[in-house]
Amino acid sequence: MERIYLDNNATTQVAPEVLEEMLPYLQDLYANPSSMYSFAGEVSQKLKEARRRVAALLGAQAEEIVFTSCGSESDSTAIWAAVHSQPEKRHIVTTRVEHPAVKNLCEHLSHRGWRVTFVPVDAKGRLDTDLLYRSLTPDTAIVSVMWANNETGVVFPIADIAREVRARGIVFHTDAVQAVGKVPIDLQSLEVDFLSLSGHKLHAPKGVGVLYIRKGTKFSPFLIGGHQERGRRGGTENVASIIALGKACELAGSHMHDENSRVRKLRDRLEAGLLASIPASAVNGDPEHRLPNTTNIGFESVEGEAILLLMDRHRICASSGSACTSGSLEPSHVLRAMGVPFTSAHGSVRFSLSIYNTDAEIDYVIEKLPPIIERLRSLSPFWKKQAAAHAAG
Amino acid sequence: MWEYTEKVKEHFLNPRNVGVIDDADGVGEVGSLACGDALTLYLKIDENERIQDAKFQTFGCASAIASSSALTEMIKGRTLEEAAKVTNDDIAQFLGGLPKEKMHCSVMGREALEKAIADYRGEAEKKVEGNIVCECFGVTDLQIERAVKENHLRTIEEVTDYTKAGGGCESCHDRIQEIIDHVLGMVHEPPKKARKLTNIQKIKLIEETLDREVKPSLKQDGGDIELVDVDGNTVLVKLRGTCATCSISQVTLKDYVEKKLRELVVPELVVEEV
Repeated sequence: MERIYLDNNATTQVAPEVLEEMLPYLQDLYANPSSMYSFAGEVSQKLKEARRRVAALLGAQAEEIVFTSCGSESDSTAIWAAVHSQPEKRHIVTTRVEHPAVKNLCEHLSHRGWRVTFVPVDAKGRLDTDLLYRSLTPDTAIVSVMWANNETGVVFPIADIAREVRARGIVFHTDAVQAVGKVPIDLQSLEVDFLSLSGHKLHAPKGVGVLYIRKGTKFSPFLIGGHQERGRRGGTENVASIIALGKACELAGSHMHDENSRVRKLRDRLEAGLLASIPASAVNGDPEHRLPNTTNIGFESVEGEAILLLMDRHRICASSGSACTSGSLEPSHVLRAMGVPFTSAHGSVRFSLSIYNTDAEIDYVIEKLPPIIERLRSLSPFWKKQAAAHAAG
Repeated sequence: MWEYTEKVKEHFLNPRNVGVIDDADGVGEVGSLACGDALTLYLKIDENERIQDAKFQTFGCASAIASSSALTEMIKGRTLEEAAKVTNDDIAQFLGGLPKEKMHCSVMGREALEKAIADYRGEAEKKVEGNIVCECFGVTDLQIERAVKENHLRTIEEVTDYTKAGGGCESCHDRIQEIIDHVLGMVHEPPKKARKLTNIQKIKLIEETLDREVKPSLKQDGGDIELVDVDGNTVLVKLRGTCATCSISQVTLKDYVEKKLRELVVPELVVEEV
């Protein structure tokens, strides 16, 4: 095996069909879609098709789709739009486990005079929705809640939250970057005003995203420029990548069943296999409400970066919420918000699968990982104590 | 991905001297599970004060394991006097350098060595030297001062890379800057003279300070605090949320809440939980 790629929540491989679809627009079909000749018309027709394909996957209308450069731009655009179009409202509600794209923007705003409520989660990563509803006031400009968590895969009850939030006349945004393509989404039946998605999480290339803006939602553009995207996002379209994303959305629709059956089974088998063969290991998150492709497992008394580097020797790619891999000195804010004990937060590993993973790859990881954990534990001054506690408990 | 030297990778993959010396003459323990890295160093020392054998156990990332391995290789066969001169920079140099964000791993090695030597010499377990500046990682002003001096650090970021101080909630950044300035010989203004407050003013100021300075940072971690009463200079409070069940809430109360109130209201205040 060349590589066992189990880090699909970080990014995904570009699907071969997607690459094929976009290539002509990097080669011969290079016209600016805004130009007046038929050479350009060909390109703009293809963009329209991409917009329809994205809308179809989301249960939205084509004109509600705005192409952006990435998920973070979509998140920023939505939150700034809500804040700027309602300058009298100075309160924002979000959660403690958001992706940095939302979390850091909200923290930034909190330093600039907005009041921000960060709603907590419980030990399984489930949102305290009662607290969320109680925190809503007439001063609340926007509520931003992620659809699914990137680290644990925990899925929040977006339909319920959106309904409650909108019933109070408040704008609702969801960062659905991890959810799109993995769980069915039908915006027609949901009361969501803004939804963000990112191309490279669903087998399109990096550098393209989408912001869904419900018809009638108050909006002000983040990137001001030309008339592109009906004036909602200036800048010449990233044509090839947008076309790629359209194709990727079409594929995601047709793979939805596979994702929720075969991929889910692979994930479950990986999880069960590792838990069975590695003592003092446990799943972080809520197995009942979780993306089908993600598992986050804490291995006590070992450190995540060391695990990843030893897995890398076997060409296994995954990621960790440990301090040393997060680029900061503290373990992931998601695991801390859940109150995961330090003993296992530092040794947490996230495996995120895709439709390209196979049974053989899962077998390989189940075979290779236990000796890695054992080896690191044999180095650790804490393991004997922990192991004894575990045997006793 | 971190850019580790070949030597770091090699010592991580094949660490030397892993294990425990049951009849060790000196043992040095540093770090903790909470901090994400920890090292226990065991020394066997002969009658001429020469290190016959050194072993270690480390919980941590690749550079922590490699730094521990390097340390044991560097001190084996040396006299205690020679070993005591090993600096964190020597450990990093031995490994061909460490990413700057990982320099604290080499500092951990030097600290474990110092503790093991002190243990051998029967010097009583040294109390925490100095005053805690960074509560997230338990780093004192003296530790920071030493790292700044020895490694010619100039910025808060560098101090964090070397000592971890300031790498958590960041509330100690001002204090770290003061230490850097102090070491660099810059003069600081003396603290403002205490104001004379009426009782009403004092209570109001305590309330304001709790609301503005204390609550927001406690709330970030899901905690909260409630002012119950002010009796003379005793401030009675109740901890709420995660603070109520937190094992280090007393540290929070004394080292954070009390410190803030003393700093911003009057220096005589004492905070107590009811």
